[in-house]
Amino acid sequence: MSAALQNLVNQPYKHGFITDIESDVAPQGLNEETIRMISAKKNEPEWLLEFRLKSYQAWLKMEEPAWPNVHYPKIDFQAISYYAAPKQKPKLKSIDEVDPELLRTFEKLGVPLHERMALAGVAVDVIFDSVSVATTYKHKLAEVGVIFCSMSEAVLEHPELVQKYLGTVVPTGDNFYAALNSAVFTDGSFCFIPKGVKCPMDLSTYFRINTEETGQFERTLIIAEEGASVSYLEGCTAPAFSTNQLHAAVVELVALDNADIKYSTVQNWYAGDDNGIGGVFNFVTKRGLAKGVNSRISWTQVETGSAITWKYPSVVLLGDNSVGEFYSVAVTNHLQQADTGTKMIHIGKNTRSTIVSKGISAGRSNNSYRGLVKIAPTAAGARNYSQCDSMLIGDQSGANTFPYIQVRNNTAKVEHEASTSKIGEDQLFYFAQRGVGAEAAVSMIINGFCKDVFQQLPMEFAVEATKLLSFKLEGSVG
Amino acid sequence: MMTQDRKTLLEVRGLCATVNGIEILKGLNITVKSGEVHAIMGPNGSGKSTFAKVLAGHTAYKVTGGSVLFEGKNLFELAPEERARGGVFLAFQYPIEIPGVANSQFLRLTYNTVQAQRGKEELDPLEFDDFVRDKMKLLEMSPDFLDRSVNEGFSGGEKKRNEILQMALLEPRLAILDETDSGLDIDALRIVSQGVNQLATKDNAIVLVTHYQRLLNYIVPDFVHVMEAGRIIKTGGKELATELETRGYDWVGAEHETAARVTA
Repeated sequence: MSAALQNLVNQPYKHGFITDIESDVAPQGLNEETIRMISAKKNEPEWLLEFRLKSYQAWLKMEEPAWPNVHYPKIDFQAISYYAAPKQKPKLKSIDEVDPELLRTFEKLGVPLHERMALAGVAVDVIFDSVSVATTYKHKLAEVGVIFCSMSEAVLEHPELVQKYLGTVVPTGDNFYAALNSAVFTDGSFCFIPKGVKCPMDLSTYFRINTEETGQFERTLIIAEEGASVSYLEGCTAPAFSTNQLHAAVVELVALDNADIKYSTVQNWYAGDDNGIGGVFNFVTKRGLAKGVNSRISWTQVETGSAITWKYPSVVLLGDNSVGEFYSVAVTNHLQQADTGTKMIHIGKNTRSTIVSKGISAGRSNNSYRGLVKIAPTAAGARNYSQCDSMLIGDQSGANTFPYIQVRNNTAKVEHEASTSKIGEDQLFYFAQRGVGAEAAVSMIINGFCKDVFQQLPMEFAVEATKLLSFKLEGSVG
Repeated sequence: MMTQDRKTLLEVRGLCATVNGIEILKGLNITVKSGEVHAIMGPNGSGKSTFAKVLAGHTAYKVTGGSVLFEGKNLFELAPEERARGGVFLAFQYPIEIPGVANSQFLRLTYNTVQAQRGKEELDPLEFDDFVRDKMKLLEMSPDFLDRSVNEGFSGGEKKRNEILQMALLEPRLAILDETDSGLDIDALRIVSQGVNQLATKDNAIVLVTHYQRLLNYIVPDFVHVMEAGRIIKTGGKELATELETRGYDWVGAEHETAARVTA
């Protein structure tokens, strides 16, 4: 690798800074008392405390999963603080009431909130550490009956909806991290799109981890009733710290008859320094239940950050003719590790799923696709198409594909395609000979590689993702 | 073509270069002036393509001696992309495939990069589309070239046309065409040659690297150089190419050795 390229690769994390807002942080450690404290702080009803305690009991009996193709030092779950809230916790009606320091943080992240909302008409539910500070456009959404608020607020104001759906897609004892999340989640987003309503705007949440050594346990629940549709955007960054930060979110989606949920993520958490020190551990459970007939759930993700990513946004295709989609770009550089993919569980008749996964590995990173396509005996006429492409940059990175296919109905049709390619010195020389430097060349090649996924993203998100990828991979070719 | 006010574009003196530690170029000399067309011929392994790649700055080739001035500047102080922006163009013998990248995007990026460098106007996608379609007519290319991935699945002839299209877009001062005739049928050869001829002006120069004389029936050179073992051992006019076609290369080498002995 040339010196110029080295310099580009070694650019520090652009979003590495700490915002100076006083936080209300719980002492380290996890026990029933911590859980009762969290629940009390949030004035939660008794049933939710029971949900948490039941999850905690399940978690105690579980083992950390060892099967992912990722390696990291053992996490001490008693050395983590399970709650942090910004000290001031006002109810805000407009963005003008938000702490200017907080707004500056978003500025630094390149998220000009005012502009974003005005130009794009996006309602942004701002998550700062674990508590929602501002919820915007809520009133406009309320006019059509859409509920879009923080999970804490939903628990207090729409307890019947939360109680009806929480844990129905990802049960409390589903897996180690989901159980942990169910015990200690502090906040997240709640969306409810009532029967027949097409949500008039994209809903968007910006997550941000801000307190050192505070685990972040987001809980998101999106429900689209019969004939409803919604597009939800999630974007994340985190500041640079020298200790690992655990993030174990749970996202549940429920689509009833003829409902349509599109969930898009751009993830750019701190990946650690060049030696992999200090990055975020991202152990996430995301699952959608296509419960109704003709329902559709679509996941699109652009995963660029985190030291370790362990994430399988999945769809359970329960309703007849339901559709599940997974479009993913996962980029790893330096010492990042990603084990990500999806599960498509076909139960209903004539259910269809599409998987398009693009993995890009640079530096000494390791990128694995792991996917399950399961066709139950009931899923007559089910169809799946999977395409998994890997691109290697440099000669020290790794890519793996682990497809699991289980077919129990002989009328089903399952297709799987995979490819591996490499950005070669010769391609870069060709660009150079036409006047184009390595950065722009890599950017163009990568965007070409990812375009099947990017075209699934909402417009302004696609632009952001394109820039992010270029930034992440600048000069990583050697 | 050879006017008195022509400028020296390229001055190569005693150029030596290695690839994988093996010396390929062993003291090459050549001078190219504006308005000239040069043909470099020679047997396989004589170093013709190496010379082309060294000029373009391919990292696999290491310059171990000599000098190259391009418009009076030391070429080796410039990165490959700077050479390209400065007007050095290499039409590749084997154009590289770039899957997933639309040809139109690639062409516009290269065009705008070079335009920006020259302080000229960049074109938006719509303006560029008109502009490039016009240039494509020159090479009788169908518009669907624009939507296909760069060189991917192109036939040999299509790849070479795509190279000359890029030459037409970038308007280089010095164009080196490395075996552009290889893999072309007679119609494609005619089309590509016509394209090159239309791009030749009194301000630029063209260096053709080729095995065969047949290309030179279409693009008539002012000078023909014979290369052997990393050096130019004979230079003549266009008639030298015809002689090589009938007599082969061996006699040139033999003559050169005799001459060398006499001088010694």
